[in-house]
Amino acid sequence: MHSITELLQQLVYGLSLGSIYALIALGYTMVYGIVKLINFAHGDVMMVGAYMGWLAITVFHFPFFPAILFAMIVAAIAGIIIERAAYKPLRNATRIAALITAIGVSLFLEYGGMLVVGAQMRTYPNVFPETMYKIGGITFKFGDIVMLVTALVLMLLLHFTVQYTKIGKAMRASSFDMEAALLMGVNVNTTISATFAIGSALAAAAGVLYGIYFNSIDPLMGITPGLKAFVAAVLGGIGIIPGAMVGGLVLGVTESLVSGLGASTWRDAVAFLILILVLIIKPSGLFGKNLREKV
Amino acid sequence: MLVLEDVHVYYGAIHALKGISLQVNQGEIVTLIGSNGAGKSTSLKTISGLLRPKQGKISFNGEDLSKIPPQKIVAKGISQVPEGRRIFANMTVSENLDMGAYLRKDKSGIKQDVERVFELFPRLKERKSQVAGTLSGGEQQMLAMGRALMSRPQLLLLDEPSMGLAPILVKQIFTIIQEINAQGTTILLVEQNAHMALSIANRAYVLETGKIALGGQAQDLAASEDVRKAYLGG
Repeated sequence: MHSITELLQQLVYGLSLGSIYALIALGYTMVYGIVKLINFAHGDVMMVGAYMGWLAITVFHFPFFPAILFAMIVAAIAGIIIERAAYKPLRNATRIAALITAIGVSLFLEYGGMLVVGAQMRTYPNVFPETMYKIGGITFKFGDIVMLVTALVLMLLLHFTVQYTKIGKAMRASSFDMEAALLMGVNVNTTISATFAIGSALAAAAGVLYGIYFNSIDPLMGITPGLKAFVAAVLGGIGIIPGAMVGGLVLGVTESLVSGLGASTWRDAVAFLILILVLIIKPSGLFGKNLREKV
Repeated sequence: MLVLEDVHVYYGAIHALKGISLQVNQGEIVTLIGSNGAGKSTSLKTISGLLRPKQGKISFNGEDLSKIPPQKIVAKGISQVPEGRRIFANMTVSENLDMGAYLRKDKSGIKQDVERVFELFPRLKERKSQVAGTLSGGEQQMLAMGRALMSRPQLLLLDEPSMGLAPILVKQIFTIIQEINAQGTTILLVEQNAHMALSIANRAYVLETGKIALGGQAQDLAASEDVRKAYLGG
């Protein structure tokens, strides 16, 4: 890295990547908040979303926004089905049983996906014009801006939903104390379904953005970003929504700075180094307190 | 109004309620007293649907409750203030009250009831936008009660409202319980503080290791030699 402009340039790349991580991390953290399950299939739901976006763009010729919406809806339904079929029967089982099931669901999606779409990579269609904007030596690609804005809008929407809507309050209440929420008349099953639906939809949006960012998708594409988003969620404090957002952005920027320093082969290692450091130094994460806002 | 007939409840292999029968009539304050582990909280959890009876009948206004899920029991008009208050500490006082009205859609009615709760508990009004976890123990108890009232229950179940509170606050809480009752809500009160409970109740049941040992008019029980010895400290 030779100059301040280059540093800022990496920061811009990092924010785009980080907003994708943040979107995935939100699903991890919301699901953990309510059912105390690390849903290891979450990265694969993102893959399903990426394929749905691909399908919508190349086959149905949808423009970007309808395509991402389509991917989000399909993934939301997939998320609800996964929860009902795989996790709900285990709700009162030990946590390790649910965790192992999540790994099973993950493998099912990865290799089931391979069976359906084939193992080969597919090129993601270029939906954005190649327009670039230069501000003070820093290049902004049109696509990057749309991605960043899309991610931010989705996060704001989520924040609004969780803070002010009835279902959002039910989610917060259930994640804090499920039995007390039942005594209020909250239908906990519906609330859990809604949580999976929202988390999966955000992952799908991330999948479409990820496909566009890296130009290619394959059935195993969810593994690495899934794990990194998990790191982001833990970094922010698992179960805490703003934590997932900040954790994702911090991770994206860190990776991008590491690449900018010419050590791009180390970026994955750095992500997991962060995980190890968080677990050693502050296991509750950046936002973790005794009294915490979880969903 | 509420009738339990020969209700048996198990926690796994533990036989927690061994055939409980009791009755609460409209307009009454009925108290369920007994020592630790007698099954008082279990009884309330069973009425709310959090626990299922293995045997026996629970009916409310003539309707069988034993197969109805907890969230629908709230809709039938039974609300519980659980032991240890169980307020949503991560939400504000107002949001907690909103949660209490979760099943209601009548916005103006909800607004009226928030005002009613604030009249009963002026402290809550002062702290309405404060995060509930920062309230004192007494205020949390008030919030738990206010929250339970927000569903406009016909029957209010109170589990150990005096727990962990200073005597002066206990007195205040019990006065408010009487006031809630006077406003038309029937009350089933579980208490370890038998003295206070018997002083405001119409009728009482004494629970001993999962069975009803005694039942009758509260003042008779308060005067009874056995109850005095066992629960009122001589």
